Amino acid sequence: MALLEVNNLDVRFAVRGGDLQALQSISFSLDKGERLGLVGESGAGKSVAAFSILKLIAQPGYIAGGEVLFEGRNLSAMSERELRQIRGNRIAMIFQDPMMTLNPVLTVGTQMVEALKAHRRISTRAARDIALKKLQKVSIPSPDKRLDQYPHELSGGMRQRVIIAIALLLDPDIIIADEPTTALDVTIQAEIMALLLALCEQDNVALMLITHDLGLVSQVTQRMLVMYSGRIIEQGPTKEIINDAQHPYTQGLINALPQMGEPGRRLYQIPGSMPSLSRIPPGCPFHPRCPFVTDECRQTMPEYVQSGNVDVACYEVSKLIEQENRAPEVTP
Amino acid sequence: MTTATVSRWDRFRESFLWYSFKRDKIAIVSFVVFVAIVLAGVFAPLFAPADPYDLAQINIMNSELPPVWMAGGDAQFPLGTDAQGRDLLSTILYGTRVSLLIGFGAVLMQGALGILFGLLAGYLGGRVDAVLMRIADVQLSFSTLMVAIIVGAVFKASFGNLMFGEIAIYMLIVIIGIAEWPQIARTVRASVLAEKKKEYVDAAKVMGFGTNRIMFRHILPNTLSPIFVISTVQIANAIISEAALSFLGLGMPETQPSLGSLIKSGFDYIQSGSWWITLIPGLVLVVLVLVINLLGDWLRDMMNPRLYKG
Amino acid sequence: MLAFLVQRISQALLVMFVISLISFSIQDGLGDPLQQMVGQSVSEAEREKIREELGLNDSFVVQYLRFAGQAVQGDLGTSYFYGKPTLEVIFEHLPATLELVIGASLIIGFLSVPIGVYAAIRPRAWLSKFFMGISTVGISIPVFLTAIVLIQLFSIGVTVNWFPPETGWGSWLNGLFSTEGGMPSYGRGDGLVHLFGTWHSGFFSSDGLRHLTLPAISLASIMLPLFIRLIRAEMMEVLQSDYIRYAQAKGLAPHRIHFLHALKNTMLPVITVGGVQLGIMVAYTILTETVFQWPGVGLMFLEAITRSDIPLIVSYLMVVGLIFVVTNTVVDLVYGLVNPTVKLTGKKA
Repeated sequence: MALLEVNNLDVRFAVRGGDLQALQSISFSLDKGERLGLVGESGAGKSVAAFSILKLIAQPGYIAGGEVLFEGRNLSAMSERELRQIRGNRIAMIFQDPMMTLNPVLTVGTQMVEALKAHRRISTRAARDIALKKLQKVSIPSPDKRLDQYPHELSGGMRQRVIIAIALLLDPDIIIADEPTTALDVTIQAEIMALLLALCEQDNVALMLITHDLGLVSQVTQRMLVMYSGRIIEQGPTKEIINDAQHPYTQGLINALPQMGEPGRRLYQIPGSMPSLSRIPPGCPFHPRCPFVTDECRQTMPEYVQSGNVDVACYEVSKLIEQENRAPEVTP
Repeated sequence: MTTATVSRWDRFRESFLWYSFKRDKIAIVSFVVFVAIVLAGVFAPLFAPADPYDLAQINIMNSELPPVWMAGGDAQFPLGTDAQGRDLLSTILYGTRVSLLIGFGAVLMQGALGILFGLLAGYLGGRVDAVLMRIADVQLSFSTLMVAIIVGAVFKASFGNLMFGEIAIYMLIVIIGIAEWPQIARTVRASVLAEKKKEYVDAAKVMGFGTNRIMFRHILPNTLSPIFVISTVQIANAIISEAALSFLGLGMPETQPSLGSLIKSGFDYIQSGSWWITLIPGLVLVVLVLVINLLGDWLRDMMNPRLYKG
Repeated sequence: MLAFLVQRISQALLVMFVISLISFSIQDGLGDPLQQMVGQSVSEAEREKIREELGLNDSFVVQYLRFAGQAVQGDLGTSYFYGKPTLEVIFEHLPATLELVIGASLIIGFLSVPIGVYAAIRPRAWLSKFFMGISTVGISIPVFLTAIVLIQLFSIGVTVNWFPPETGWGSWLNGLFSTEGGMPSYGRGDGLVHLFGTWHSGFFSSDGLRHLTLPAISLASIMLPLFIRLIRAEMMEVLQSDYIRYAQAKGLAPHRIHFLHALKNTMLPVITVGGVQLGIMVAYTILTETVFQWPGVGLMFLEAITRSDIPLIVSYLMVVGLIFVVTNTVVDLVYGLVNPTVKLTGKKA
């Protein structure tokens, strides 16, 4: 059994004039110690997916269907009280912007100790000791001093280290990291990412990495999901997808990466842009931008088909697979 | 000419403002009540059973009669009479008229001052801005009511009681206008600072228009909607300020009462059980201020989408 | 810290200068001390001589400097009516006003925080809507009218006979809607306890507290809706922020998120606005004290206006101005101390 299993998760935003479908029938799983990448443009629903796992989507969002199984227990059916025992304890989160994540009026120490005390019956002194050890683990200079400092007294990189330390505080099974390095200076992005990966590996923590950086995903994850307009359109082993992407959207993304093209060539660009939630077209949401569009694409969302170890939702791909399967019979 | 007005009316009917107004019960009720009170005030001489300014109609024998539904009430005086024997309904109608006149007048006054100073501060910047905004800060930290009381006291002391009483309406309009201009000036200044950066101002400068023309013809029209919103609430504030000044004896004299001075003169008789003389004008004042505030809140929500998060 | 302090204090001095200039202009423009000191019988030559002696023929600047110099030494002139130094008169009346403001502030503090927080956490609950409705109505009721209604209800009392009094339920309902009255609505009572100097306090006797009740509620009624709305609005904005969602993601209990993480961030802007509002309350004490004949500086000021007691009016302006300036400066400093993100360098970070 997978550690985390998301089945047919539907998330909607209740707005005036009806609901908006933010996530449609999302299914994926995460094994112990696995590193899973979640890629897509901003607005594709990556963050909504991450927050929905712990039922942290803000109003007016709500879970309309499906389930989130953590060690076989359905998180989306749990009470707030039960969920609190999972949040931060078994499943920790790292947010995008370290400037906004830490409470500006509470010291780093307070924000670490309270997380420990919320889940364990320990003294403040013992909690401070654990916090100190974790700060040492994320290689913050003079960690004992940091405990009594306020977030604004730390640099951006240091803050994200603190947040990684908080994520590791209770030795969780899963860390969900939502664009953990986007808000940081380019020079320290790699450093922070390496630290996060090393610590996850060391403690065998599963990592769900949400990013729009396809290059990063290809380097550090074992499996990946590609999202578009609230749907997963392709998922499978990272290597297979990067080497031989099936979905035209994924192909476009990969072609748009600078290092993939030859020097001097103009970068590829997928024509058009992703529709907003209120304007998702019927059928396959990618069809207005797709070079292989057919009438079928405009009417119904394609089912997933298997290509190697990759699941992909595209009529063109399923046609190609059918042709391949038929091919040996035709040739004598 | 007619076609232009028709199309404007059509445009209004299709606008978001009208659409959301139709759906907001509180806004509709407030608007209806507001219009009713304004009409009652404006046409007070037509509706009022008696003329409270006409001494010949007053009989001191009728003083302190209770409203008609209470024991001892007289059908001639639906809401009873005050301590001088004036019909309370008539005095309230005339008082509403005075209060509304001062409320609107004071907002026009502070609008003129606020727009002028706000434009100057925002457009010229530098020392003019610093001085004007410093004055505004000090005034606001003192509170508009305090400033109005001080200015009122000074005016009253320099004009003398009698003369002040004769021109009290204009005095109050000026006093409240002086006390409350900073609110509008700040709003105008903020909008001007935002507008100033926009390209059309540069374009106007390049075309060689003078400062005055750019300020009043180009920038001002673009700052009107926040001014409109804040003016609505300011009418309510001005009416309350007038009532407070009159209650303190710094406002309308009893011979030409506003709602505030009616409450004041009635308050002296509350201990003898004649609650209606003070509480009925008080109720009218509260309803009037409340509906204006509600309309102001609604307008602000409509014109400021940032606040409209649900 | 030092730079911040110096900047704030120099600003405060500047404002005091402006206030003193305005006050002096009022005195100069309105008051004719000669009229008060000597009668009509004194000849014009005699008057001119006294004028010269008093320095009334000096230029405006010289006279202002003399006025300011005396003011700094604590001499703001002598009240025509009381025949005493004006500061003495003001200090006799100040404790009553301060106790009224303290009483009202306590009511505001104890009610606005829980109600504002509740309305922010449960914006859709009927109780929140009820509180917000009440506060909208409350803003529209002038403070003197609240005071009059309170007097009618709790001092005079209301006897209701809408229901048939001969039936049991009728008399019960009549009793339910009737109020007894009997609360004092005039002055501070006889139970004052002398603390020190001119301070006689009503806080230490039941009679003093009973006298304080209605005036303090009236004064609080004007600010309470403002504070409830302010706390609710700030709190709702804070609750939208990332760090609140992060606190939830850490698995913290809701009471800790609401009352530590959110409330602490909410109270920072509330302190600033609250300090200013506290100063504004002084203006409303004039109205409240008038209704309840509360012997504080507000009532004293109003009486000084009707008596044209110019030195007392001017002194009141100076003292109230000083109180405003001091509270605003203190609020700024407190804000700087409470908010860790403001480094006290003179600029907000």
